[in-house]
Amino acid sequence: MSERDLMAEFTQPEPLMEAIRAARAEGYVRLEAYTPFSIEEMPKALGLKPSRLRVVMFVGGVIGAVAGYGLQHWSAVSAYPINTGGRPLASWPAFLIVTFEIAVLFAAVAGFAALIIRTGLTELSNPVFATRGFERVTQDRFFLRVDAKDPKFDPVETRAFLERLSPVAVNVVPT
Amino acid sequence: MATTKLHLTERETAARFLPREMTYDEVTRDVSEQILTKRVGRVWWIFFAISILGTGLMLASIAWLFIEGIGIWGINTSNIWGFAIANYVWWIGIGNAGTLISSMLLLTRQKWRSSINRFAEAMTLFAASIAGLFPILHLGRPYYFFWLVPYPSTMDLWPQWRSPLVWDLFAIASYLIFSILFWYTGVIPDLATMRDRARTTTGRVLYGAFALGWTGSARDWARYEKYYKAMAALGVPLVCSVHSVVGLDFAAGLAPGWQETIFPPYFVVGAMFSGFAMVVTLAIAIRWGFGLRHLITDNHLDLMGKILLMGSLIMGISYATEWFMSWYGGSDADRSVVSFEFTGPYAPWYWLMLFGNVLAPQLLWFRTARINTAILIFVAIMINVGMWLERILIVAVTPSHDQLPSQWRLYSPTIWDWSLFIGTLGFFLFMFLCFVRLVPVVSMHEVKQLAHERRSA
Repeated sequence: MSERDLMAEFTQPEPLMEAIRAARAEGYVRLEAYTPFSIEEMPKALGLKPSRLRVVMFVGGVIGAVAGYGLQHWSAVSAYPINTGGRPLASWPAFLIVTFEIAVLFAAVAGFAALIIRTGLTELSNPVFATRGFERVTQDRFFLRVDAKDPKFDPVETRAFLERLSPVAVNVVPT
Repeated sequence: MATTKLHLTERETAARFLPREMTYDEVTRDVSEQILTKRVGRVWWIFFAISILGTGLMLASIAWLFIEGIGIWGINTSNIWGFAIANYVWWIGIGNAGTLISSMLLLTRQKWRSSINRFAEAMTLFAASIAGLFPILHLGRPYYFFWLVPYPSTMDLWPQWRSPLVWDLFAIASYLIFSILFWYTGVIPDLATMRDRARTTTGRVLYGAFALGWTGSARDWARYEKYYKAMAALGVPLVCSVHSVVGLDFAAGLAPGWQETIFPPYFVVGAMFSGFAMVVTLAIAIRWGFGLRHLITDNHLDLMGKILLMGSLIMGISYATEWFMSWYGGSDADRSVVSFEFTGPYAPWYWLMLFGNVLAPQLLWFRTARINTAILIFVAIMINVGMWLERILIVAVTPSHDQLPSQWRLYSPTIWDWSLFIGTLGFFLFMFLCFVRLVPVVSMHEVKQLAHERRSA
């Protein structure tokens, strides 16, 4: 029988945080937690690397600003110059508003695209959904998942370890 | 004043805005069962029927406009904007508030926002999309509105980038897309909750599709938080820019009463003010209709009342600044416009506007008034009426009393002006009634976070 991930279910966030600490102390590295709401201390507790999503947003914003300003400059100076009383064609202060709006728009869209792609939200179904009791993750239950590929993983010992953390249940993730 | 402290601890905040300890399951059930199991009452159906009539009226008015042209409106050679632009400014004001309120309160860690931000943002989306219709409709040939968009056309024409009207297009379009992303991101985890609780296959499939396979994993939440907070930080300057551009539509010209440097900030405050008044109206309706008194509490109303009061004070100061500056500036045209406001044929409306925006909200100095739903809703509706009159008057007064006396001409709306405006109100109601039946009106995951803080802190 191939080894399958284990999922421990808790009723409150505190025991879940305890369990994460215990599992990491035990030497488990491939852990994932599932919760109904965002918990501030969670990324630190799991030792997640900070997400670079905002870098993507920043780059998107810069691209938007350059493209927006460039389009205005090019169309006002070379493609369709209108001479109004000898005023400068490259009237940059008037171009800044559209530049700003497009920069914000590009940053927002780039960030959204990154969020969707990185969280795999394009896949509407996920093997974890088949775990018994997992539908309550979006309601009132808190889950800790230990990956079967974890070097320390052992179907029997890991299960016994998770049972000791007093969860309401330990289930396998059917993959 | 019962309890006013500048800084509350997280626990105190949670205790004030979540009056009793609620389990996560209770929060989930209270909000989601409204949609999943409760049947709609007669009141909803009555309003829904009204809203459909309104939507029909809007469509008919637009159709007649396309057939006959803008001559069906009360505009004339001096008053070239009329209701269309006034309604645009009013709707976009309401449409700015939801995102502004939601992101400002998030950035300043006002946790009580979690009960109101969802429907405030939905209000924003609906109002902003209605607002976007008006500038298009007011064009003489609305079907050519895409000429505003920069694209390599066969005519080799490009937009005039120095015009506030072109800025407007970019501001509104960016803002609308931005608001949809901001709102939708916040709603994804709640749609997942609906997916997992839905009892019918249709429900599971529909909510499942829109929830995009959300699992609630720690990594997803971390990215979600990063994105959501960054969006809030971008949202505040974006909203300010959008309504500043609306202000510049007027201020960038040379007309007396319009050419004022105060216009951009004054428009932004006015937008927040009228939008917050609309949020209060909707909050009272939702808490009554859904019986959510324990989620939208008296303390919420109290705080929103204070914000309305602050808005009305700033509006009062802005009006006074306008009067003072037109006297102090010494220009005859400016002084004449102000005396025209107070004594001319539009004067009754001007006084009613001052009553709604400045005088009526003074009731909100008292907590008893702020937590009394009847008084609060009266004030909120007076503000909405007052702000609408303000927009109408801004659009009508100056062209009626411009620099050249030979151009002085009064503006009076026709039945088609009214029908389009009332129609859009009906359409707004229609979209909002659909929203409350399909999407959780209160952000469940944020309220659960609040409940968690209340328990643990």
